[in-house]
This record gives sequence, structure tokens and C-alpha cells, in this order.
Amino acid sequence: MSRALKGGVFKALLLLSLAVGFVMLGALLVDVFRDGLPYVDWMLLSNPPSSSPLDAGARPAILATLYIAGLLLLLAVPVGVGTAIYLEEYASKTRWYNRLLEVNIQNLAAVPSIVYGILGLAFLVRGAGLGRVLLAGALILTLLVLPTVIIAAREAIRAVPDSIRQGGYALGATQWQVVSRQVLPAAIPGIATGSILALSRAIGETAPLIMIGAVTYIAFDPTLLGPFTALPIQIYSWVGLPAEEFKFLAAAAIVVLLGILLVMNALAIWLRNHYRRSW
Amino acid sequence: MASPGVTAGAGLPLRARRRRVGEDVVKGALALCALISVATTVGIVVALFVPAFEFFQEISVVDFLTGRNWSPLFEPAHFGVLPLIGGSLLVTTLAALVAIPLGLGSAIYLSEYAGERARGVLKPALELLAGVPTVVFGYFALTFMTPLLRRIGIDVEIFNALSAGLVMGVMLIPTVASLSEDSMGSVPRDLRDGAYALGSTRVQVATRIVVPAAASGIIASFVLGISRAIGETMIVLIAAGQQPNLTLDPRQAIETMTAFIAATGAGDVPTGSLEYKTIFAVGATLFVMTLAMNVVSIRLVRRYREVYE
Repeated sequence: MSRALKGGVFKALLLLSLAVGFVMLGALLVDVFRDGLPYVDWMLLSNPPSSSPLDAGARPAILATLYIAGLLLLLAVPVGVGTAIYLEEYASKTRWYNRLLEVNIQNLAAVPSIVYGILGLAFLVRGAGLGRVLLAGALILTLLVLPTVIIAAREAIRAVPDSIRQGGYALGATQWQVVSRQVLPAAIPGIATGSILALSRAIGETAPLIMIGAVTYIAFDPTLLGPFTALPIQIYSWVGLPAEEFKFLAAAAIVVLLGILLVMNALAIWLRNHYRRSW
Repeated sequence: MASPGVTAGAGLPLRARRRRVGEDVVKGALALCALISVATTVGIVVALFVPAFEFFQEISVVDFLTGRNWSPLFEPAHFGVLPLIGGSLLVTTLAALVAIPLGLGSAIYLSEYAGERARGVLKPALELLAGVPTVVFGYFALTFMTPLLRRIGIDVEIFNALSAGLVMGVMLIPTVASLSEDSMGSVPRDLRDGAYALGSTRVQVATRIVVPAAASGIIASFVLGISRAIGETMIVLIAAGQQPNLTLDPRQAIETMTAFIAATGAGDVPTGSLEYKTIFAVGATLFVMTLAMNVVSIRLVRRYREVYE
């Protein structure tokens, strides 16, 4: 009996610890939506920020976040997939430099994001004299997200069975023909899913962008080589303002950000389920 | 893609040679992609340590690491980093007190108690927490957790280490849970069956067989969680304050290493000034601390993979 009681108590404790995570997630969503939803309107999407909370919007920030997402897709995904192909298909695992490369990527994935901000500040903003521009932000987020894209793409490539490669070689194809016409097409759903999830993490990153974009009022639409604000920076700068209304605006901007992330994640899940293939 | 004339037939030596050149070009381009990761690491090390080295030519390392007073931007300037390290460790300790037991508990439930279908729903749902941007957790700590703490009678300042640490702990539950659950999942079934055959209860199997057998992965998840907590910026920047304060009282406002870096980096300190170099000295300190922990955690994960997979 006491054994059964002990078992019951233990199980209840485990369930409780799992429940805390869900309760807090629920509380967070309720907190944000209750404060922010009334402020999500056309003005928020179409107006620039303003010192008066009544007509302040987040248009430049939303646009910049979308630009950054596009640039990440153009920069991080090709380089990440290229690295993954090299490591999975070309690199000999016994060479010291390839093993070093692998450890290096694992370590980079765990470097705090603020350190990437320091890298951007030192080399791009100050060193290269780019200044606090959107391109610098996109480049740093590219470096930040690369390890995640590489790891996801490697898993997708590894999941393609060897028999496919051997079939290709048996028909006389070269290595690159096998990779580009057999392995990559088969791995694309996995690569796309992993890349979108990685990008959605990068878009919510705030710390490195604060270092690069700084917290300023940007009242005009972003350009590649112009000063910028992004949705997470806008949220941070509104949270820091004393007037209560700006807190609600921050919550409204969070709702928009979560909306963008939700769309990206839904797309990733749909891709995964729609194109799932078992070998 | 290939020109129409090129087929899989490999007869002509001339064509074969030309194609091998193409193969080498592709391989070179792919290796170049891989080199970007190496260049990033080199860039980080150079960006941090060159200015940090210049900083330590003006301020002695001993004064930096043992000084209890941090006020680099005011006259007279003091460069003792202990208040910032103390702030980071205080918040990290609070976060670990939340994330380690709850993450481990969640992992044991998911691995040993939940059925196949329940796990399929619960695990991705828990990972939603990991997908929430940290700036949102910061907002939550400031506008929800701090008022909540006050309502239940804990007398916290507006900016305080306690609510930042608690919210950060919640954020890290999936980090701890998912890596722990992975390593418990790779413990062979035979071990569990053997224990049940000897009359063990489910609790005994979970706590005396599975957890010890998965220990290296579980410890790796703790180390990784702690390293993330030290490197986390937005929650502490928004909710814990920007006030260097060497204290053990979590109700007070503090400043962490990361919050100092972000706040100073966003400002307009002139390039090359001593104030500018403090960013890198603190950054290098942070980098060394997190790197050491990440190396330990990667080693531990490799060990459990070697044992069971």
C-alpha cells in the first residue's frame, strides 16, 4: 500500500512539474493578448512610431523584420546547406580538420547571442564602418543562425538512405550528380522545415540587434544600407518607456511578432507532414 | 545544370577530365561555405580578445576580477567586475532552481510514464516555450511576474533579480527536459526489464535505473541550461535592472554581464575609448565562462551516445 502511495505521489510530482511549464505558457499568452490585442489595428501596422502613443505604429519595424527574414533566407540557407553537404557527403570523418569543423559548429551553436552582437559591433558597425544599418543586422543574424541551419540540414541529408547514392553511382553518375539530383531533392523537405524553424528563432532575436541597430526612433521605411529598427527592438524600446500606453503598444507588437512566428512554424510543420517520406 | 550533350556515359577521356574539374570546383565551393563557420569563430575570438587585451593594459586583471565596484561610465571610474558576475550568477542560480527540477521531472514523465500518443502531443507543446522570443519573456517578467510577486507579499523592487530568474527558469524547462529525455530514451529496455523482473516498482526503475544510467546526458542538460542562463540578455535587461549591485538578495535590482554589454553597446561610447573596451573585457569574461560549460556539456553528450548508441 505504501509502495502504491509512493508511486502515486511521485507520478503526481512529475505531472506537476510538466504542468508548470504549460501554465506559465498559458499565463504569458493571456498576459500579452489581454494587454495587446485591443491595440492591434491598422494604425499599428501602417503608422511609424511616434512620441504620442495614440498614433504610434510599428510599420518600419515590421517591414525591417520581413526584410531581415528575406535576407536570412538568401544568405543563411545556401551557406548552411552547402556546409551540411560538405560535411555529410564530401568530408572524410577521419581528417583532423573536419572533426575540428564539427566541434566548432557545435560550440558556435551555444555561443550567447549577445556575443554575436559584439562581433557585429566590432567588425561591421565600427570596424568596416557600415554603421548601424539593416544589412549589418542581417549579416550578424546570418552568422548566428548558421549552426542551427547546418545541424538541421545535416540531419535531413543523413536521413536519405545510402542505397539511393549507390544506385546513382552504379549508373555512372559523378558525386555531384548524385548529390544534386538524388540526395538534395530527397532531403529538401527536411532542409526546408529545419531552415524555417531556425529563421523563426533568428527573427525573435533581440540582443544582437540592439547592439547593432541601437534603440532609436526610425520613422521611415527601412533600406538595406540605412538605419533600422526591427520588431523585437521596437518591443524593447516601448517596454522601456514610462507611459503605461507604450506597454500596451509593446504587447500589441508582441502579438504581431508571435503571429509572424506562428505562420512560419505552421508552414514548417505543414511541409514536414505533407512531404514526409519513409524509406 | 549540365549541358544537354553530357550523359552518364564515361567513354571519352577529354570529357571525363573536364567533368572532374567541375567536381573539384563544387567541392571547393562547399568547403568555402564550411570555412565561414571557422571564420566566425576566429572573428569572435579576435573581436573579443584584442580590445580586451588593450583594456587589460590599462586596468590590471586582478583589479578587474576582484574589484567590488563597477562604475565605468562615471568619474571616478571603477572597473571591478564582481557585481556584474554576481548579478549573472544570482539570476542563473534562481533560473537553475526552477529549470533543473521541473525540467528533469518533465523529462522523467515524458520518458517513463507518458504513452506514445501523449508524448507526441506533450513534447512539441512543451517546446513551444522554447520558441517564444526572449524579449517576450522579458515583457512577461516585468508586467506579470513582478506584480504577481508583490501581490503574494514578496516585497520586490520594480526591477529585480527574482522575477527575471523565475521567468528565465521557466524558459529553460524545455532545454533541460528535451536533452534529458533524449538520453533517458537511449537507455536500453533490457535494463528496465531486468529491474522489473527483480520486483522493482516504476518509481524505483525511474530513479535508480534510468536516471543513473542516463546521468551524463542529464548533467549535460543542466550544464547547457546554466550556460544559456548566463548568456541570456533580454529578460535581465528588461526585468532585472541595470544597476551593478553585489548582493545575494534577489528582491533587489542588479545588472548582469549581458545586460551591461547590451546597454553599453547600444549607446554611443566612442570607438577605442576605455569605456568602449569594457564591452569587450566583459564580453570576453562571459565568453570564457559559457565556452567552458559548453565544452563540458558537448563532451558529456558524446559520452552517453558512445555508451548506448
